[in-house]
Amino acid sequence: MKQELFEARHGAEWREFEDWIDGRSRNRAGRDPAQDNVIAADMPRRYRRVCQHLALARDRGYGGDIVDRLHGMAVGGYHALYARPVQPRSELLAFVRAGFPRLVRSERRTLAAAALLFFGPLAGMVVLLQYFPDLVYYFITPDRLAGIENMYDPKAERLGRTPEADTAFHMLGVYIWNNIRIAFQTFAGGLLFGIGTLFFLLFNGLFIGAVAGHLTQAGYAETFWSFVSGHSALELTGIVLAGAAGLKLGMALVAPGRLSRNQALIAAARRGAGLIYGAAGMLFIAAFVEAFWSPLTEVAPQIKYGAGIALWLAVAAYFLQVGRGRGA
Amino acid sequence: MSPRPGSLALDTVRSIATPEGVELDLRLAGPVSRAYAWLIDLFLRFTGMLVLWLLLIPLGRLGQGVWLIVWFCVEWLYPVAFEIWSGGATPGKKLMGLCVVNDDGTPVSRWASVTRNLLRAVDFLPLFYGLGFVAMVLNRDFKRLGDLVAGTVVIYVERPRVASAVPAAPPLAPRVPLTLDESRAVLEYAERVATLTPQRAEELAGIPVRLTGTGDGPLARQRLLQLANHLIGRRPQ
Repeated sequence: MKQELFEARHGAEWREFEDWIDGRSRNRAGRDPAQDNVIAADMPRRYRRVCQHLALARDRGYGGDIVDRLHGMAVGGYHALYARPVQPRSELLAFVRAGFPRLVRSERRTLAAAALLFFGPLAGMVVLLQYFPDLVYYFITPDRLAGIENMYDPKAERLGRTPEADTAFHMLGVYIWNNIRIAFQTFAGGLLFGIGTLFFLLFNGLFIGAVAGHLTQAGYAETFWSFVSGHSALELTGIVLAGAAGLKLGMALVAPGRLSRNQALIAAARRGAGLIYGAAGMLFIAAFVEAFWSPLTEVAPQIKYGAGIALWLAVAAYFLQVGRGRGA
Repeated sequence: MSPRPGSLALDTVRSIATPEGVELDLRLAGPVSRAYAWLIDLFLRFTGMLVLWLLLIPLGRLGQGVWLIVWFCVEWLYPVAFEIWSGGATPGKKLMGLCVVNDDGTPVSRWASVTRNLLRAVDFLPLFYGLGFVAMVLNRDFKRLGDLVAGTVVIYVERPRVASAVPAAPPLAPRVPLTLDESRAVLEYAERVATLTPQRAEELAGIPVRLTGTGDGPLARQRLLQLANHLIGRRPQ
């Protein structure tokens, strides 16, 4: 068939197809929705016909214009038909109710490794500083340490506040901006053969341990531990989850197993992305607790400890129990 | 992989086979256009944050808290939001005519968008996308590390070509049978002749003497147009 006849025969069909594809990206003013729906229902068949026409046009040596036009239509149809439908609300709900805890349970070995890398140095520093208090100066400069001591001064009206940031809402901004950023960097650092993740986990473990150990030893124990107890469950777990996500990336590079490194990375990132969503969500909630609940001095430390323990139990129960069974 | 007949063997075009049995061409975007897109986005984000800062100063500490939260969102979620809800392109990419798609040419999926954008933290190292640039020139698809991990590529968006009709001329059957490549070349010539200067059009037409039977420019040009009219199937008036 000659090109002109081919165009004449199918031109109307192509125009309709192009209009429909255009209408998806632009506003639909002046378009007939009923007609659109009829075309939408018929799209798979129309798209296959366009593909056939494209193959014919290429094979018969038709001009570049018509081949390009059909190619553009095929690309548009491919995008329209193979896009995954997005239902953020129901998917988010399913993730929180089942997907996330299941994912965490299935990654328990990676998670254990990340927890060891983070809590190990943390606990080690706390214990060590009780016996060798001067060691803290290897990790934190005296100026910085004085600033930290001020934040947890038992005489302070609000705990955990730096002089520049003295309202709850400002601290909320600082926590969200800083903590979630650290989680993201911990994840991304996995791509450096896991070294970046190791660094962030060890460094943060050591730093937090140094602060905790020093303040405990210096007599600020009650103010410090009552401050951190509230948000510790969500925040520390969030960091460990981000670390586990990063370790997965690192392991995919170091030990890809039977996959190519590229395939192993993609597979690891799929699961890592889930862990990172969860970690970011937990840190987001933790920021609110840390900004609005933890600094309160009106609340007795015993109540704060109780709330902290309750949150740890809740987090543990969530990851151990939620999402089991078919109904979830 | 040998290029499909009739397609150019340019190394920045990747073909993907669809389940319908046709091949679609993706035109990959290189480091330069992507850097421009990033700079445009940087400028937009910077301006936006500056304006917001001026608006929020009167609110004092509360304003600073809000500003930090917005900054966090703009730093990490801005590209993700645009890639998922705005056709795979941030405003900068849109201006440069780029968009992000999955390796198989489908619109970028959510986890892939989140992954490739979080991994900017590594691509950016040691400064200004140093690692990302090295990764881009080391693989054939111009992928930075985030693209490798997420399985995405950045491509040029197809711009609809303005259809230019073959100029009318009395159709003339070729004296010798044309190969497929020859007939394509004749058609391409006829479609583009309007965009060429007359001198260049005649110079080009003088080359395929086997088809036109003459080296004389104006006559050869006319012959080629007649051939093209025959090829697309116009009938003599």
